[in-house]
Amino acid sequence: MEKILSIIETQPLLTPGQIAAMVDRTEQEVVDIIEKCKREGIIKGYRTLIDWDKVSTNHVKALIELRVSPKKGRGFEEIAQTVASMPEVEAVTLISGGYDLLVEIKAKSFQEIAMLVAKRLSPLDDVNGTKTNFVLRPYKVSGVPFIEEDKDERGFNFL
Amino acid sequence: MNYDKLLNPVIVAEKPSGIRRFFDLASTMKDCIVLGVGEPDFKTPWVIREAGITSLEKGRTFYTSNSGLIQLRDEICRYLRRRFDIRYETDEVMVTVGGSEGIDACMRAVLCPGDEVIIPYPSYVSYGPMAHLAGATVVPLNTKAENSFRITAEELKAVITPKTKLLVLPYPSNPTGAVMRREHLEEIAEVLRGTDILVMSDEIYAELTYGSERHVSIVNLEGMKERTILINGFSKAHAMTGWRLGYACAPKPILQQMLKIHQYGIMSAPTTSQYAAIVALSQCDDAVEEMRTQYDLRRKFLTSELRRIGMPSYDADGTFYVFADIRASGLSSEEFCERLMYEKRVVVVPGTAFGDAGEGFVRISYSYSIDHIQQALRRMEEFMNEVKK
Repeated sequence: MEKILSIIETQPLLTPGQIAAMVDRTEQEVVDIIEKCKREGIIKGYRTLIDWDKVSTNHVKALIELRVSPKKGRGFEEIAQTVASMPEVEAVTLISGGYDLLVEIKAKSFQEIAMLVAKRLSPLDDVNGTKTNFVLRPYKVSGVPFIEEDKDERGFNFL
Repeated sequence: MNYDKLLNPVIVAEKPSGIRRFFDLASTMKDCIVLGVGEPDFKTPWVIREAGITSLEKGRTFYTSNSGLIQLRDEICRYLRRRFDIRYETDEVMVTVGGSEGIDACMRAVLCPGDEVIIPYPSYVSYGPMAHLAGATVVPLNTKAENSFRITAEELKAVITPKTKLLVLPYPSNPTGAVMRREHLEEIAEVLRGTDILVMSDEIYAELTYGSERHVSIVNLEGMKERTILINGFSKAHAMTGWRLGYACAPKPILQQMLKIHQYGIMSAPTTSQYAAIVALSQCDDAVEEMRTQYDLRRKFLTSELRRIGMPSYDADGTFYVFADIRASGLSSEEFCERLMYEKRVVVVPGTAFGDAGEGFVRISYSYSIDHIQQALRRMEEFMNEVKK
């Protein structure tokens, strides 16, 4: 199962038949394993990585660090869920270090992000502090380089 | 000046490589997808590069001893024993400039004018010219697709003569991807026992053997070590082509003569590369395994897709090449490759670049990402559908 997962993690467009050949299983077995992984919440979904900076300037991102007070019995779950439910929020992660939650936000302008932090995140009861880091340029996202990759410089040799 | 009179006719008579011509043409075309390169797409593992950098920082810019750093030769012995159960002593090992130099030194150390060298075809392009330059006659042993391009005992017996000096044993094989398992080697060993025929076993792709059985060296069969010159190196398994480092292992009387050739022609292999190679052998088994796993996934993907589009291959259990059968296209290897290049902008190498026995086949390298291979396959499928109409 792990072999199939590691293949589709980076090659989601391969067909079950193609994957089957790579892992010495039947096509049906691959379909069954993938379906099982979806049912069990192991496969969470498929997305396309797009470098929006190349399409328009109308997309900005920020990484907001939140310092929060965990609730007795529920820890960070409640506040994390509240933050995650905001449509502009792309990711919420519990982190160690000076802050507790790292929140990734996508919006149309820096101004929009600033307003979201000021008016919707900071006022939350459990939020004790925020630190806003605007993303200036992504270099690598989900393992995929967002900068020009090295060209294939291998020599054309008579090997 | 009349250069024709001045130059060595043996080298003048050698044809330029058939692969060269294709690559030259492809390099002038836009949007070509190349599946022709004969080296890893992985970068040398960082820990190895770092060892090279450190050796430079420490000012290790001297020659090493002719046969190579003793620490490296010790490490080679430990590595061969650990990975393949092959046993050599340090003084039976010589560090060379890639496996290629080992091949050259071996041929020049053992071959005399009039000697015959048996070379299995389709063959890596260097063996024949090196044998010719050593003054020997090449006796081709044409391997067959139905035998998965392995040598059989019968085929070998048929080409042995009283003049046979050396058998080149190039498995896992570039270009066919063929592998000789223990039982296949045993057949060959049985033919060789009791003769004075030497074996040059080029095992540069040993680590890139797939399936549950690991590579087996002919050295490990009874009566074979005494007649075998083992060639190996760092280019393929450790993704170190540009470091130009390999090694040869042989019985001392043979190695001493090879060492003289190396000493006079080369002096010593690159020192930076030698320090890096110590780390390659002592710390990188996991990195080698990871690269092998990736190659194996691509191999299975490629062979399965090629079968689907009507270009099957035969038990390509080693290297990073598939030798695909294009006979269903009705084209010769050269026609196929030229048309595929001009009409679909995909470059593969005609089987005939590796000798006439490669007719009807093309060599496809999978030292590329799955994405890259998949793009090329889409175009090859279109091409096959068009030519078969």
